[in-house]
Amino acid sequence: MHTKTIAELVQGLRSKAFSSVELTRHYLERIQARDATYNSYITVTPELALAQAEAADARLAQGDAPALCGVPIAHKDIFCTNGVRTSCGSKMLDNFIAPYDATIVDNYRRAGAVTLGKTNMDEFAMGSSNETSYYGPVKNPWATDCVPGGSSGGSAAAVSALLAPGATASDTGGSIRQPAALCGLTGIKPTYGRVSRWGMIAFASSLDQAGVLTRTAEDAALMMNDLASYDPKDSTCVEMPVPDYTAELNNPIKGLTIGVPKEYFSEGLDPKTAQIVEDAIKLYEQLGATIKSISLPHTHLAVPAYYVIAPAECSANLSRFDGVRYGYRCEDPKDLTDMYMRTRSEGFGEEVKRRILVGTYALSTGYYDAYYNKAQQVRRLIKRDFVEAFESVDVIMGPTSPSPAFAFGAKTKDPVAMYLEDIYTIATNLAGLPGLSIPCGLVDNKPVGLQLIGDYFAESKLLNVAHQFQQATDHHQQVAPSALD
Amino acid sequence: MEWETVIGLEVHVQLATKSKIFSGASTAFGADPNTQACAVDLALPGTLPVANEGAFRYAVMFGLAVNAEIGKRSVFERKNYFYPDLPKGYQTTQLAEPIVGPGHVDLELDGGRTKRVRIHHAHLEEDAGKSLHEDFHGMTGIDLNRAGTPLIEVVTEPDMRNAEEAVAFAKKLHNIVTSLEICDGEMSQGSMRFDVNVSVRPKGEEKLGTRTETKNLNSFRFMEEAIELEVERQISVLESGGTIVQETRLYNGDTKKARSMRTKEDSNDYRYFPCPDLLPIMLDDDYIESVRQQMPELPEERRQRFINDLGLSDYDATQLTSDRATADFFEASAKASGEPKLAANWIMADLAAYLNKQELSIDQSPVSPEQLAGLIARIKDNTISSKIAKTVFEAMCAGEGDADAVIDARGLKQVSDTGALEKIVDEVIANNQAQVDNYRNADEAKRPKMLGFFVGQVMKASKGQANPQAVNEILLKKLSD
Repeated sequence: MHTKTIAELVQGLRSKAFSSVELTRHYLERIQARDATYNSYITVTPELALAQAEAADARLAQGDAPALCGVPIAHKDIFCTNGVRTSCGSKMLDNFIAPYDATIVDNYRRAGAVTLGKTNMDEFAMGSSNETSYYGPVKNPWATDCVPGGSSGGSAAAVSALLAPGATASDTGGSIRQPAALCGLTGIKPTYGRVSRWGMIAFASSLDQAGVLTRTAEDAALMMNDLASYDPKDSTCVEMPVPDYTAELNNPIKGLTIGVPKEYFSEGLDPKTAQIVEDAIKLYEQLGATIKSISLPHTHLAVPAYYVIAPAECSANLSRFDGVRYGYRCEDPKDLTDMYMRTRSEGFGEEVKRRILVGTYALSTGYYDAYYNKAQQVRRLIKRDFVEAFESVDVIMGPTSPSPAFAFGAKTKDPVAMYLEDIYTIATNLAGLPGLSIPCGLVDNKPVGLQLIGDYFAESKLLNVAHQFQQATDHHQQVAPSALD
Repeated sequence: MEWETVIGLEVHVQLATKSKIFSGASTAFGADPNTQACAVDLALPGTLPVANEGAFRYAVMFGLAVNAEIGKRSVFERKNYFYPDLPKGYQTTQLAEPIVGPGHVDLELDGGRTKRVRIHHAHLEEDAGKSLHEDFHGMTGIDLNRAGTPLIEVVTEPDMRNAEEAVAFAKKLHNIVTSLEICDGEMSQGSMRFDVNVSVRPKGEEKLGTRTETKNLNSFRFMEEAIELEVERQISVLESGGTIVQETRLYNGDTKKARSMRTKEDSNDYRYFPCPDLLPIMLDDDYIESVRQQMPELPEERRQRFINDLGLSDYDATQLTSDRATADFFEASAKASGEPKLAANWIMADLAAYLNKQELSIDQSPVSPEQLAGLIARIKDNTISSKIAKTVFEAMCAGEGDADAVIDARGLKQVSDTGALEKIVDEVIANNQAQVDNYRNADEAKRPKMLGFFVGQVMKASKGQANPQAVNEILLKKLSD
């Protein structure tokens, strides 16, 4: 059962090839038997999962159940889940049981999907290797001496190791697409505002967006149908109808114009990765698309701008973790200042503290104009680059990440090297555009991702273009060897 | 040396919306601690603010009432600092683009003087919770019921020159926001709180002196006392060769003393930046016009109406509209009695004196507007004289019931019955024959004065209940016989 895609599970549940309880039990057993290797889950919720599975079977028996009814999924531990520990990968929230559901968790619950558990992640989603988690690093199922990418490394490893058929994730600078690339998965970050942020623990509010990690574009479309919604509880959520994301999957892509930014194939890109990505784009030509070389001239400013804006926002977003109302509080504080200082010094990890300090500095009197304001100006220029590009192309393509999965510890000593992991993904967050990564080949037996960037709210188009690639290739069908041992 | 005082105010006005500015929790005062704090107010991870449209509407009303430009685009920002009763670790407020721009308020001061105080701007923000330092055995309790209550912070230019002007401004502001019904005006509950910026400079000097800020004054009296104390302190420091330190001060209304809370050196860098969770508020002309159409009557409009429709003098109308509660009281009793002028006189004289003596506000008046109207009705229909009415009023204040009940219980009904009065007059004439003879022998011109004696005697004999006009008529008739 675990090799089936979500689309196949949806069919299997309806044809009574297996029940949701059987399916759920199977996944729980796999997690129990195998996750010690990967550390992809922080919390497994067997009781909740089996109760939901039973309810799903009852609904399925009545007929007319929603598509995902009875399908087990995992949630990134950044999404509040009622009655379940929601740690955000941090010691700070190790004792935090969320008293409410994030909107997307609620959406899936109402659709009858089954929650297997909460997946590991970089602490507060700050990291590109899942090495900053309080709960330890996650191993890449393709090469267990390598990172799975981050920050949604737990979700990616769980799906890649067949410990869940799909998982929710979040993407602030590449945290869905880069792990998708490194673990050989399909990962989509929708347009900013397409998915509610209510209940998703904030890292950088103007950049954060929830998405999904699956094995195929079709599965991503199925999950997107419940992920996207208008939510009045999130003021930045856009009020527009949610289409059926599976409806356009099979549209022909003949006549599609693909823009390939020259800046995405410059210095820093691993040559073997570049070759595989170029081959994938050439395949689209065979499928009837037109390739057009374009320029996104402010690309080189994306990482610096991001590493001002995201830390600035996080420095305020993480102020609420002060030991007063919930979460970690230091032992025996002497006074208020001591409580604040030790709670936050002991409760946060190094990378989180680094970003809080960077953000605090960038917003300080005398530096605000030079950093925060300048970064916002750059952000507008980056957005304009894309808006102009989409006047002549339908989709932009390039690599998702500069190289395949790297070894543990390879970049932990050099924050800038780590930050450059997201060099191709960050700009879409700054612009608020949707982005998607699909597997397009292997380098040294490790997956490489092809990134597709769409115009605002063009998720259906992106999924269609990705699905057509997967109809013509079998990269997405390759499974991490360790998952099948 | 002669010194000039310069005062600017920052006023926090709690808006009377039913729910908070960024959450659905109730804003009602006085609930058990933390029972009106939802997930957003507690700043639980993952929660997001949604702005309350009612707060924008109230802020726009305020802006229109103080002749201000309305910010067509206003932006919420985060003001970052740590304090246990500030759950998010930042206050959501406005800085660069506030909802209310420059405006002004005109004050009417004693002696008919007027004064214009300019408003620099007013911005929307959320209130913090409360830290409770008592009853926790050395620990601090946090009550987040107030966290997220909408506020407008009104910032004036340094246009006031003494405590009287500052208090007049504060009262005018109170009158405006309560008339607009955007604030309940309950100062003792913290619904309006004043920060006063005070500096002094040699008279004639243009450059402003170093200012101090005395925070969180919640009564007009404390504000006046705090300003006077601070002016005195600053002058004394300067005259003894010292310098004023820019600092934040606290005034204690019980001890009548002030102390320094923090100096500028240890002030925070608040690291303001636009709140990414909230979109800018965009207001168009149609919206602003629709708010203008729905605005309750402003004090100045009411004053004009009292003059034009109810026939009050300019002075009376000004007095009666100087605060919302007095104007409401007057209007209710004028309506119930049909006698605006009499109602005005009673409220401004007897009622005001009584309330003042008892240190009560007009809301706490033991006599309701309807009861006052009942008293006025008995004066008009000659049941009692104006003089007896004062006795009746005192009894009403003492809780003896409405006018009719007091008149009945005390037997104060005016005697207008001619037969009864003639009997009393006859007795007075019979008992004072000498005065009667004097009267009859006196010149016409002297007689009216002499008549007073007989009136007095009759009133005394009737225990004050005789109708004075009827007594006069009967006496004139009988004495000329």
